Amino acid sequence: MSRKRTIEEINEKIRSGRAVVLTAEQVSAMGRESSPAEVAEKVDVVTTGTFGPMCSSGIFINFGHTNPPMRMERITLNNVPAYAGIAAVDAYLGATETALPHDQYGGAHVIEELIAGKDVLLQATAKGTDCYPLTEVKTLINKETVNEMTMFNPRNAYQNYNVAVNSTSKMKYTYMGTLLPSFGNATFSTSGELSPLLNDPEMRTIGIGTRIFFGGTTGYVAWHGTQFNTGKPANEHGVPIGNSATLALIGDVKKMSTRFIRAAYYEKYGVSIFVGVGIPIPVLDEDIARRVMIRNSQIETNIIDYGSPGHEVLGRADYHSLFSGEITLNGKKIRTAPLSSVRVARDIAAILKDEIAAGRFMLSAPVELFEKTSGLNSLEVRL
Amino acid sequence: MKSRRFVLTFSPEATGEPITYNLIRKFDIMVNIVKADVTPGKIGHLVMEMTAPAKVLKDGMEYMKQQDVECVPIDRTITYKEDLCVHCGACSAVCFAGALTMNHSTAELSFEPEKCVVCELCLTACPLRLFSIDLG
Repeated sequence: MSRKRTIEEINEKIRSGRAVVLTAEQVSAMGRESSPAEVAEKVDVVTTGTFGPMCSSGIFINFGHTNPPMRMERITLNNVPAYAGIAAVDAYLGATETALPHDQYGGAHVIEELIAGKDVLLQATAKGTDCYPLTEVKTLINKETVNEMTMFNPRNAYQNYNVAVNSTSKMKYTYMGTLLPSFGNATFSTSGELSPLLNDPEMRTIGIGTRIFFGGTTGYVAWHGTQFNTGKPANEHGVPIGNSATLALIGDVKKMSTRFIRAAYYEKYGVSIFVGVGIPIPVLDEDIARRVMIRNSQIETNIIDYGSPGHEVLGRADYHSLFSGEITLNGKKIRTAPLSSVRVARDIAAILKDEIAAGRFMLSAPVELFEKTSGLNSLEVRL
Repeated sequence: MKSRRFVLTFSPEATGEPITYNLIRKFDIMVNIVKADVTPGKIGHLVMEMTAPAKVLKDGMEYMKQQDVECVPIDRTITYKEDLCVHCGACSAVCFAGALTMNHSTAELSFEPEKCVVCELCLTACPLRLFSIDLG
């Protein structure tokens, strides 16, 4: 039985520059020739990464007060509506909100422009009150002029996700990209063995307060994500099949980089945003070592027909096949394509590795771990 | 000699004719098929490069017209802003010609313009809108 470590012991090694840090891909390769006990003995931290479209994202902004002050009730940023139903000059700009009728430009594009340091047009109206008399404002803001800009994403870093195919005779335009008719292609969207929650599938080290790489800076896990579901069946390697756990993430937009936050538009679907997330996994024991050694061939997901109204499950595929460019479904070969960038996910895992190895990024023990759930509620239409 | 790429569209009636065979044998046109999707009884498409003296190419095109085969030259090319690409792979999903593919080991997008049939599907499939048509 190999020795167990605590996060504090690992941090002590990081501080003294002795920590052994590998990326999830490196430890997967190492796992081909080493046992979990050997990996647990040699490796202290494994870094993960993902860079995919994550619609459930957005930023809180505090614009600062005008003189005389104003309680902003209707707000747009570059003509994209922001939610103003909170305090006077606070707003939440959702990534998928669009500037009608120009629905190819949305909140994600405004967020990217703000991160890039560009000026953004703020327009707001209000009824005017005794304490907030101003009724209208039109001005330019940027990341230097506002007070806080905090990204808070209710649902990011999905633990596994479906493969999308289209059985119909017509093209389907979806958040899983453009699906060619008659099973002409299959799309998928995770970074596989690099993906954060696939390297700690039971979330033994990831919980509230976990320090992470987020959009190019340091961020934190704020909460479990929405549609958090630990009740999905797992395969023999302990990995949930299909979309399951999620994370709510928080971080400082002013310190983020457009290299790791990019606006996206999916044809006839809408605006989304690429978010870069990297989570370090402390190798506390042999069980964690076994988890981080996971390889693409051991991670599976469901193949879903986005052409059928009920999104029927047609089969199962593993990520080794998906990344190879071809899967087989009912004897027919289907070309595959990713939607999540492994190229950038690798960069994230490598940056996080370097930061930890250099003693600039310390690991944090979760303040609380997540409770298990048994499934999700669906919305019953009762009227 | 002149090389040009064409998209040939076959009506359901025309597909029985050995068009390509005749272009080679009767007209001595060098033919390189880039992409083929031809099924008897259905509208079919063939993307091919034809090499021959200009006069011969013109005669070949006239022959295809007589056979009810639409023959449209591809003069446009697709370009993309490579420096802004995040290598997500969404464009490779729709590129049935195989010009846009993901390199499994580098996880980067590879674009081989010579395979491109200018179907234009990548223009809308790219979530960053990095592709455009170069009209030459």
